[in-house]
Amino acid sequence: MINDTIAAIATPAGNSGIGIIRVSGEDAKAVVDRIFVDPKNVHILSSMESHTIRYGFLLDGEDTVDEVMVSFFKGPKSFTAEDTVEINCHGGAFVLNKALELVLKNGARLALPGEFTKRAFLNGRIDLSKAEAVMDVIASDSEISLKNSLFQLRGSVFLKIKELRDDILHEIAYIESALDDPEHISFDDHKEEFEKKLNESLNAVDEMIVSSDNGRIIKDGIRTVIAGKPNAGKSSLLNLFSGSDRAIVTDIAGTTRDIIEERIKLDDITLCLTDTAGIRQTDDPVESIGVNRARQYLDNADLILFVVDSSVALDENDLEIKDLLKGKKSIVLYNKSDLEPVVSIEDIRALIPDACVIRTSALSGDGYEEFKNAVKDMFIKGNIDVGNEIIITNLRHKEALKEASDSLKNVKDSLDNSLPEDFYTVDLMNAYLFLGSIIGEEVDDDLVNKIFSEFCMGK
Amino acid sequence: MTEKNTLIEKTDICVIGAGHAGCEAALAAARLGLDTVIFTVSVESIALMPCNPNIGGSSKGHIVREVDALGGEMGKNIDKTFIQSKMLNTSKGPAVHSLRAQADKADYSKRMRMTLEEQDHLTIKQAEVCELLWEDEPVKRITGVRTYTGTTYLCKAVVICSGTYLNARCLTGEAITYTGPNGLMAATHLSDSLKEMGISLRRFKTGTPARMDGRSLDYSKMEIQNGDERIVPFSFSTDPDSVQKDQVPCYLTYTNEETHKIIRENLDRSPLFAGVIEGTGPRYCPSIEDKVVKFPDKKRHQIFIEPEGLSTNEMYLSGMSSSLPEDVQVRMYRTVPGLENCKIVKNAYAIEYDCIDPNQLYATLRFKNVEGLYAAGQFNGSSGYEEAAGQGIIAGINAAMSVLGKEEIVLDRSQAYIGVLIDDLVTKENFEPYRMMTSRAEYRLLLRQDNADRRLRKIGHDVGLVSDEEYDAYLKKEELIDKEIDRIKNVYLGAAKENQDILAGMDSAPISKSTSLAELICRPELDYRKVALLDPERPDLPDAVIDQVEIEIKYEGYIERALRQVKQFKKMEQKLIPEDINYDDVESLRIEARQKLKALRPVSVGQASRISGVSPADISVLLVYLSSR
Repeated sequence: MINDTIAAIATPAGNSGIGIIRVSGEDAKAVVDRIFVDPKNVHILSSMESHTIRYGFLLDGEDTVDEVMVSFFKGPKSFTAEDTVEINCHGGAFVLNKALELVLKNGARLALPGEFTKRAFLNGRIDLSKAEAVMDVIASDSEISLKNSLFQLRGSVFLKIKELRDDILHEIAYIESALDDPEHISFDDHKEEFEKKLNESLNAVDEMIVSSDNGRIIKDGIRTVIAGKPNAGKSSLLNLFSGSDRAIVTDIAGTTRDIIEERIKLDDITLCLTDTAGIRQTDDPVESIGVNRARQYLDNADLILFVVDSSVALDENDLEIKDLLKGKKSIVLYNKSDLEPVVSIEDIRALIPDACVIRTSALSGDGYEEFKNAVKDMFIKGNIDVGNEIIITNLRHKEALKEASDSLKNVKDSLDNSLPEDFYTVDLMNAYLFLGSIIGEEVDDDLVNKIFSEFCMGK
Repeated sequence: MTEKNTLIEKTDICVIGAGHAGCEAALAAARLGLDTVIFTVSVESIALMPCNPNIGGSSKGHIVREVDALGGEMGKNIDKTFIQSKMLNTSKGPAVHSLRAQADKADYSKRMRMTLEEQDHLTIKQAEVCELLWEDEPVKRITGVRTYTGTTYLCKAVVICSGTYLNARCLTGEAITYTGPNGLMAATHLSDSLKEMGISLRRFKTGTPARMDGRSLDYSKMEIQNGDERIVPFSFSTDPDSVQKDQVPCYLTYTNEETHKIIRENLDRSPLFAGVIEGTGPRYCPSIEDKVVKFPDKKRHQIFIEPEGLSTNEMYLSGMSSSLPEDVQVRMYRTVPGLENCKIVKNAYAIEYDCIDPNQLYATLRFKNVEGLYAAGQFNGSSGYEEAAGQGIIAGINAAMSVLGKEEIVLDRSQAYIGVLIDDLVTKENFEPYRMMTSRAEYRLLLRQDNADRRLRKIGHDVGLVSDEEYDAYLKKEELIDKEIDRIKNVYLGAAKENQDILAGMDSAPISKSTSLAELICRPELDYRKVALLDPERPDLPDAVIDQVEIEIKYEGYIERALRQVKQFKKMEQKLIPEDINYDDVESLRIEARQKLKALRPVSVGQASRISGVSPADISVLLVYLSSR
């Protein structure tokens, strides 16, 4: 286990300007090389010198996840004394988590609490006299992590996972008791039922993985993107909602070239609000990067705020944005309502029949209350019911669920290959253990107890 | 004890008890050239089978094979004395195939006694050992034993294999006798001597069903249960052709609601339910009253009627052990189809006995606090003849090694069921007689009964229990396996019509490109024997070789995965914890973990990680601490 490659977010939680993902271990370079390219779309990491930093993009397949700086430290001259790659992402919990997930998907394992420190120590990077401190870090990190982890688990998730574990353990116990006592207990009559149960468990786990996106809505906020053609007033609206002056607001079209993330609280839910460069065709290379990224943000958004400048006629830019709204939750902000209208609300309805349209004016502050209520209607009372759903909010939980899901899929493969049932139990047990790691339960004698309590064994 | 007897004998090793653990321990020690005395309360009870009349069964059969591969006796002895044999779980994967043989009990005992009697360096002594002798300085070390008649045996190592005899009492309803199994004399003195040495004891319980007069049973009302057509021997040294013989059938019948009603009505007379029994019983062989109470929805329970041997008409009622009073037993048994007129030869009974918490032992089976003192079998809180034998041979070898000044052996969890058994006993919390189960072995795909020789023959030979002749036979077999695997990986078939026809005849898809025999064997619907028609060059090989070839090829992916897991496992096993570690110095350990570690004193980080109450974070802390020393 010592040399496998681990990754975690190395900067404190919160919305700092930059977040760092640290990847350490034998394959650190290879893992990140798979997903990092320079501006010419070349995978350059493998040829990077130690202690250098390069600019480029993190790619998930075709999609750009973030614009990043990547530095490489060859072991033993690194924090852990192993090959280490650090990815400096733009801040924002969402982007950082997404980037981390990408790293995990490409071969790293989520680091355990205190694991970087532990490796640094075991590899001789930390002075022996600090052993005491290192042990404390490991012990307290583990405790905090477990507490956080349990804190983040909603009661409904806890119960659901317990139930799933119980079901899986029952199936293992069935198989094992029949193997141990074939003359009293037969698994053959149970096979069909087993297959059904397996599929149910797998579906339930997969649903929880999917739900992690909704869980994120609660924890990290609703991913909201403000879109609109240049100078429609997006940045000033952002400022209105968030009460700060982070975005640069001028009257020259195209001044917002960066992506700006702002968290605003609407009572009990949070909007994770991103202002994008105005969507428009452009030849300016810097701005075009911004425009492309804006499109990607739109794809990933939970909610799109389409800002329409009511004082200017609708044009092809608006039509293009309209197309991007398909299949997304959206609110049209009928902006600059304090000016003489050129576009009417009816025009907008003609363009987007079901649109939820709100009159806003960044200047007067009109429309804020209405907007707030519309969002709450949409996400709390409305289409996503966050109250009762089984929701996963913690990346560690999500990873464990993915592992559980993979294990259950292995069982399915064994079934499909007509392997006898003694081959299922290793993978079933893995699924059971991964689920257990979420709720902090160990296995120990569970199985043997289950066998004896539910199956009548023996001579 | 008499004070006047001043007789002093000298030997190397004393083995207390001549059951399945004691026999293996004594034979191992004597075969390694050490003068050994084996004590038994009765020579008639050497290798006695006081409960079920069979050897092997799921996962237990694996242990017998392992004992045999190490050079033990159990496999050879049952091959000589079985009266029916069956490979269990043949429709399942190879890891859980398990051999079980019905024994002629008397013959089994007699033959084992003969083996002991013929063994050089081994003396049988009928005597109750009452006292252990030891010195405290410079370290606590065993120096000998003293018998009830006062004779002292000075020795260098002792192996305790006292089974269920220590302070034993047997219960049949209200009737209690202070005897060992089968009415034999209990050993009532040794417990005190053990306590005096600082060894803590606990009390366990087990039970056995009644034995019937076979003439009083009506087999026409039962289903007949025959053995396998082709018998596979237990021992790697037994020629398979030599064990093909006529077999004796067993029978199957069932309890019914009437049986259960009688049991329910008389629960107050069961010592188990009335609270008379204080010992903890095993859950895997519950008494019939346990089953009826715990599983009230079950309308019937299976009862296997098994012969106790060829020279007796006694029949064993597997599945109906009980501690109910005799009158209830008779009424209850007589409700079962075929048992309406049954006559009981021996009543069912429960037995309680002293044993130790095996956490006091190292995995070598030596007591942590006494040099030279080893323990094996039911005394260690296990259950079953096979589990006893598995510990017996290890304790015997290690007692001998300690006397010879050589390195003791420990089998780990990736090497043998015996390793799993001993590790569980010495590491985990154990509240009932421990029985091996296939689910306890995490690497069971590697720990198969068919490859016990591949896993352990070399160890047995290196120790000195496996003869050169046996070892050469093993090496030859290995060569055949390797050669054949290599061959079928390199025999390629083309898409010729005759090949396709043969495949179609076996409902297997045609081949589109050049395909190796090995690839075909991997198909779910095919196996090594089935592809014979496509393999005209095939050499004539023994079944045991064919089985290995088939398994190695067919399950290659799974085996490789298990091997990778073993590699991880071994890393932690090899991180040793120094004996003088002071856990109080490791401040970041959680209190529970520290207490557990202090009490158990694991030898490796791997063992520490299996102690309940020690978390992964505690293990990380421990690793950091160890590397900072």
